[in-house]
Amino acid sequence: MKFTYSWLKDHLEPTASFDQIVERLSLIGLEVEGVEDKAKQLAPFVVGEVLTAEKHPNADKLRVCTVSIGKGDPIQVVCGAPNARAGLKTVFAAPGTVIPATGTELKIGKIRDVESRGMLCSAREMGLSEEHDGILELPEDAPVGAPFAQVIGLDDPVIEIAVTPNRADCLGVSGVARDLAAAGLGELMAPRVKPVEGTFPAPLKVTLEFGETSPLCPAFALRVVKGVKNGPSPQWLQDRLRAIGLRPINALVDVTNFMTFDRNRPLHVFDLKKVTGNLVVRRAKGGETLLALDGKTYTLDESMCVIADDKGVESLAGIMGGEDSGCDESTTDVVVESALWDAINIAQTGRKLGINSDARFRFERGVDPAFTVPGLDLATHLVLELCGGEPSEMVLAGTVPDTARTIAFPLTEVKRLTGLEASEDEIRGVLDRLGFAVSGAAPVLEVVPPSWRGDIEGKADLVEEVVRILGLERVPSTELPRGADARKAVLTTLQLRSRKARRSLAARGMVEAVTWSFVSKEAARLFGGGADALALSNPIASDLSDMRPSLLPGLIKAAGANAARGAGDVALFEVGQVFLGDGPGDQRQAASGIRRGTAKPSGGGRHWAGNAAAVDAFDAKADALAALAACGAPVANLQVTTDAPGWYHPGRSGTLRLGSNAVAHFGEIHPAVLEALDVTGPLVAFEIVLDKIPEPKAKATRVKPNLDLSPFQAVKRDFAFLVGRDVAAADILKAAQGADKKLVTGVGVFDLYEGKGIDPDKKSVAVEVTLQPRERTLTDKEIEEVAGRIVAEVAKKTGATLRA
Amino acid sequence: MSATPSATDPSALEDLQESLSSAILRAQDEAGLEEVRIAALGKKGSVSELLKSLGGMSPDERKVMGPAINGLRDAVQGLLSHRRAALKSAALEARLATERVDVTLPVRDAAAETGRVHPIAQVTEELVAIFADMGFSVAEGPDIEDDFHNFTALNFPAGHPAREMHDTFFLPPGADGERKVLRTHTSPVQVRTMQAKKPPIRVICPGRTYRCDSDQTHTPMFHQVEGLVIDKGAHLGHLKWVLEEFCKSFFEVEGVKMRFRPSFFPFTEPSMEVDIQCDRSRPGEIRFGEGSDWLEILGCGMVHPNVLRNCGIDPDEYQGFAWGMGIDRIAMLKYGMSDLRAFFEADVRWLSHYGFRPLDFPTLAGGLSA
Repeated sequence: MKFTYSWLKDHLEPTASFDQIVERLSLIGLEVEGVEDKAKQLAPFVVGEVLTAEKHPNADKLRVCTVSIGKGDPIQVVCGAPNARAGLKTVFAAPGTVIPATGTELKIGKIRDVESRGMLCSAREMGLSEEHDGILELPEDAPVGAPFAQVIGLDDPVIEIAVTPNRADCLGVSGVARDLAAAGLGELMAPRVKPVEGTFPAPLKVTLEFGETSPLCPAFALRVVKGVKNGPSPQWLQDRLRAIGLRPINALVDVTNFMTFDRNRPLHVFDLKKVTGNLVVRRAKGGETLLALDGKTYTLDESMCVIADDKGVESLAGIMGGEDSGCDESTTDVVVESALWDAINIAQTGRKLGINSDARFRFERGVDPAFTVPGLDLATHLVLELCGGEPSEMVLAGTVPDTARTIAFPLTEVKRLTGLEASEDEIRGVLDRLGFAVSGAAPVLEVVPPSWRGDIEGKADLVEEVVRILGLERVPSTELPRGADARKAVLTTLQLRSRKARRSLAARGMVEAVTWSFVSKEAARLFGGGADALALSNPIASDLSDMRPSLLPGLIKAAGANAARGAGDVALFEVGQVFLGDGPGDQRQAASGIRRGTAKPSGGGRHWAGNAAAVDAFDAKADALAALAACGAPVANLQVTTDAPGWYHPGRSGTLRLGSNAVAHFGEIHPAVLEALDVTGPLVAFEIVLDKIPEPKAKATRVKPNLDLSPFQAVKRDFAFLVGRDVAAADILKAAQGADKKLVTGVGVFDLYEGKGIDPDKKSVAVEVTLQPRERTLTDKEIEEVAGRIVAEVAKKTGATLRA
Repeated sequence: MSATPSATDPSALEDLQESLSSAILRAQDEAGLEEVRIAALGKKGSVSELLKSLGGMSPDERKVMGPAINGLRDAVQGLLSHRRAALKSAALEARLATERVDVTLPVRDAAAETGRVHPIAQVTEELVAIFADMGFSVAEGPDIEDDFHNFTALNFPAGHPAREMHDTFFLPPGADGERKVLRTHTSPVQVRTMQAKKPPIRVICPGRTYRCDSDQTHTPMFHQVEGLVIDKGAHLGHLKWVLEEFCKSFFEVEGVKMRFRPSFFPFTEPSMEVDIQCDRSRPGEIRFGEGSDWLEILGCGMVHPNVLRNCGIDPDEYQGFAWGMGIDRIAMLKYGMSDLRAFFEADVRWLSHYGFRPLDFPTLAGGLSA
């Protein structure tokens, strides 16, 4: 919302400086977004009078002028404008001036050998408009030497404020003035609007016809003014509209725009001669069209409210008028409309049709209902003043709603909610100056909000009014006691796990990414998602259309993008949400990562001590186990199964599970999936669903279990087993461990061999077993006996034989 | 080797000692030395033979020659062990002289040095550290929300322009005809918290939020943190204090001036926006707690009575305040990233530069970013 300082002064007699007003506006909730002071920007430009204008000796299109600026000798200026002529009052810029349109500094120069000591300016050069037909032509009485901005009425700073959606009343300058007056920066000037005495009955009627449907127009007032002479508005009105970025059109239209910005009272004017029959306010019929004042034709539907005559739709109610019945310079009889509209309906219609008009903006935020008729009167006065004519009597359809409501306001409420000590006088004073009717006596006042403050619902709103006008800086900063929970752990298990997974993965050399929560439909489908319920209705781009079922598509795409930038060996992870469904319980917290190229946990790329190998499924397995361990998962109990989901390589992937609970998957990504995502491998990945890790058992004590060290030497024995190639190493280890659960305290695989020298269907798995006696040192005989049991148990469980 | 000297000739013993001594000194390695030892002290060595000859001597001879021969043996043994030590040390020296590595060769970077934590995660942990110290816990909620939690409960009337300003992402209508939304702010977590917990309540709610908007300062996904305090007597003055403490802790400055401006949010009344003091006079740098510029960093207010009622809390018994700000935004302000979009592009160059080392845990005791 823009307005000029002089416009503000129509409503406010300031007792503070301009700068104080600007500062205070922000502090009472009308945030100043900018102050534009053309007078400052245009200060170097003065009125000059062209004394002589001769053809340039060396150029047909140039003129050599002498210009007076009221002091000193006439100045010689070479000018290319066709309208540079003797006697013209125009704008002169001296050397040293920075020309706003080009940003260049004017210098004394020679143009085709003739010296030029300044410039005569067009509106475009001063950044005032796009017109460049020639240099500006100022009125003949413009005082030579005077600042140009002053002469043209631009010495009036323009203030732009951001008006929050609740403060529709400040979408008119009068409302801004009221707030400033309440805050003590001046006196509000609010003369009553004098009712208009109509001299004849209005020659047309209006009816509100909504039948059984909900009415969209509570009240509609109109008046006809006959015999107007429409034409350009007076300069003051044009200046104001231009200053706030509006284009003056003609007096009748300008009056409606002025009322919109002056009083937050949008109006519409029809040319009576272009209206056929009477007006009816109704819902549009499906398929009806309107050629609106913006030159576009809109197709309407039954949800929209229109003003129609016998011919059809003439205006889109509260949003934009129609071209056919609009007022132009030939208009002699005008219908002035002031109406109230259903705010939500206006918003919906405007959104549906994509029209953002000043009228829509105000009606959807709420105009002052009580000002419907006074607004019509004020507009009629302006029409009469600017265009003459005879006013008719007013026609009013519907009724202006009475918005009066009483709020019980305990005076203590201000301190209760804000901590601010304010006296009863202060509180009453603020409310009174803002137009609230205050009655009753302490401790509880009765407050009736003014008709223009539809946003005020209850006592909290009144508290806001009081503190914002008295000043938020008066609210004392008050220490909040630490509270009972200050020493308690505040993070949930899942929050802690997210942190631990994150730090443990980063400590393994992985870099944390944050990728979009949405991926392409194709990517979602590749990773088990893509359900309709999780597809955005209004995605911002087709590759950001579906809620992700996994963190992997985002990470894999990111690996591809990094590879394209030359970083092929990347290890990325993310800790974040994945979506199984659209319910509040369907979101899971995942920790997933990928490694591409040679980004091994021990470092990637080439190195003098040995180049890093390509990443493999075991890197991903190690990552997953590290994160799971950091999260406190019982890693010793995890089983590894070979049933990872379809986006993994079927033979090089696995699932880490606790019984039926699959807590993580790891492995190479399926080559077809990589191809579909347009990323090349090698690329391995893991996914952990942190929610699936069992809750830790509550512990009564932080004491660690007793450290039980045996005084007797442990013994290590090696076994080389020949087994079928399909036998899982885990089964061999489990069998060896199971041969003597007490004595066998460690099992490990130290060699794996397939190929020459052994049966092609077999592999050799070399296992180291640790035997830890507890009661005495083992004899050779005892060791042999245990070794025999280990071999027998492994043979029984896996079909293994000892390698010869 | 010289022939076994006469057992009774002391001068012969001297000669033998001399010759053995020089043989020991001549030995160039341990093997050579061993030969000398065997020749002298071995079973048939010259000194051993002398020792054996003691048995055939008369007591008087033995009295003289015993100590002499034993003395010879001890001397030879001493010389041998001395020489052995010298040879061993020389051999070690010689080996070490050949053993050299170029210690200027680069080693592989430690994984913990190359890994990074994303600035959003780091800053979120900083926020948690600050507010946990003031007794706040961390509440979270679903990203996919229903209209009630995202709007209605928060006092956004249907069709209200404030609702339209949110650029909401919608999901398709469900069986009940209702369209789920991607939460446009983390405020629905406040609603869920108030519905689930009895006051007093003290939580912060960090999380992802979504609006269908995209340019240099807007991304369709971003992060917010909100705070909520519900208690008897919790008022605007407390809110001011909490935010002042937060700003000092977060920006790690002694003090920072704040400016509260009235504003509008449907879910708070009174509502405010907060500017903080800053200095932008140095090109490309912003400092907080000094200077005379203002920078808007957050919105806040007293929880609207309608919101309290919608969550089953009596606004005449309990009251409270809430605030919200962009995690990405305050991260940018504190650590100087210029483009929000880069947060989500997963460019390892950016992540390595702006990310944090895995062992750099933010703590209040250590200074958040120390």
